[in-house]
Amino acid sequence: MAGGVLIVGASLGGLRLAEQLRAADYAGPITIVGAERHKPYNRPPLSKDVLLDVPADEKVHDIEPGQLAFGIRPSLADVTWLLGQPAVSADLNKQIVTLADGCTLNYDGLGIATGLTPRRLPFSGGEADRHVVRTIDDAVRLRQALSPGARVVVAGGGFVGCEVAASATKRGCSVTVVEPLPAPMCRSIGQELAVAIQTYHEANGVQFRLGTTISNIACEHLGERRLRSVALSDDTELPADVLIEATGSTCNAGWLNGNGLDLTDGVLTDDAMRAGGTEHVVAVGDVARFPNSRYGAVARRVEHWAIPGLTAKRAAASLAASLLGRAPDLSAFNPIPTFWSDQFGIRLQSMGMPGLADRTELIEGSLSAIGEANGPGLAIGYWRGEALAGVVTIGLPVARLSQYRAMLD
Amino acid sequence: MKICVDLKTCKLHGQCIIAAPDLFAFEADGKLRWVEHPAESQRKAAEDAADVCPEQAIVIED
Repeated sequence: MAGGVLIVGASLGGLRLAEQLRAADYAGPITIVGAERHKPYNRPPLSKDVLLDVPADEKVHDIEPGQLAFGIRPSLADVTWLLGQPAVSADLNKQIVTLADGCTLNYDGLGIATGLTPRRLPFSGGEADRHVVRTIDDAVRLRQALSPGARVVVAGGGFVGCEVAASATKRGCSVTVVEPLPAPMCRSIGQELAVAIQTYHEANGVQFRLGTTISNIACEHLGERRLRSVALSDDTELPADVLIEATGSTCNAGWLNGNGLDLTDGVLTDDAMRAGGTEHVVAVGDVARFPNSRYGAVARRVEHWAIPGLTAKRAAASLAASLLGRAPDLSAFNPIPTFWSDQFGIRLQSMGMPGLADRTELIEGSLSAIGEANGPGLAIGYWRGEALAGVVTIGLPVARLSQYRAMLD
Repeated sequence: MKICVDLKTCKLHGQCIIAAPDLFAFEADGKLRWVEHPAESQRKAAEDAADVCPEQAIVIED
């Protein structure tokens, strides 16, 4: 069954791909398969607002994405949704995808939008108190565990770890972030800014154990599901009621094994988002590893919120061209990635690829004024050789973002 | 076509201004202003702005 376009992955990337196929004049059938039981919803609030809003009459197994759900455009009214069914394998020669329930779907065009799964710490035990934050179901489960006074350990001081740490602290938990690098988030935003934000977190009550990893976890009794503490690589121990694992993600690409695709880190595509040198298979979003001519020939995955939308537009043009017999879009694909992060009332906004920089410089404002009401804000430039590769701002008037973005273009 | 922005949801990320500078702007007072009834030829720009809004506060009504 199926035929037409099959999109595997029912989150932001899959949704935007379907929308953009319609916008690119593809009028044939579209089927969207999703591992989660929910229609596409917005994930950034999961580490922030969703953890803070606690409804009085919450039912554990009865939460729908509600206001997180993306609006579905009228052009997608005839899409077939197959939810709660992950794809388990694919035969790209026969153009068939098999779902977990054994159902097989054939296609004329395939969209790969399967995203990521959080990486877990390699220890067993304590499962009842261990959490990740990727899905609405994850967030609702974590929200119930964040009772005031709970001792929370966050493994990983990246953006998700820091956002969750801020939310848990606001809920009245006692929070410690364990991070192997010398400062939180420093791979993405550089040490200088990272240390300044760390100081702001500490002033708000978060504790950090830096240059440290979790070496084991302990339960009251061997094999128990309740957690007691985590052991750190410096031979100390942290009592823990809740452990949040925010140590990065792995790509959901295993279902594509055996097809000759480069799945080294996600799905390698060309700059038209086509995978495996075929015209009718495209990948979008977190799982896609694509070259961006703005930043050289190296293909990279970019786990920013804006990327599913940007890559979907490009992928839809490629797929529609293939299916409708049109010439493909050969213009350069060089989107400027952007992301934001809200932590304790400050909003960090990033444009470009600051993580690629070899040199940073404060362009304006003051690092010591982070979080000050009516403070000057700040902007930091990230240079890669002679080129400005990225800008991160905190607390600047939003109108100024366009100015900095123009400097990156 | 009508552009509706839920200002209770909008957190002033400013992505709409980057996506559709002809339709969205910040005034000197920091408030968001937008073209409520754009021309049909601007539909794509309006949809782009709605798509990139991190809070999904922008809705295009027909």
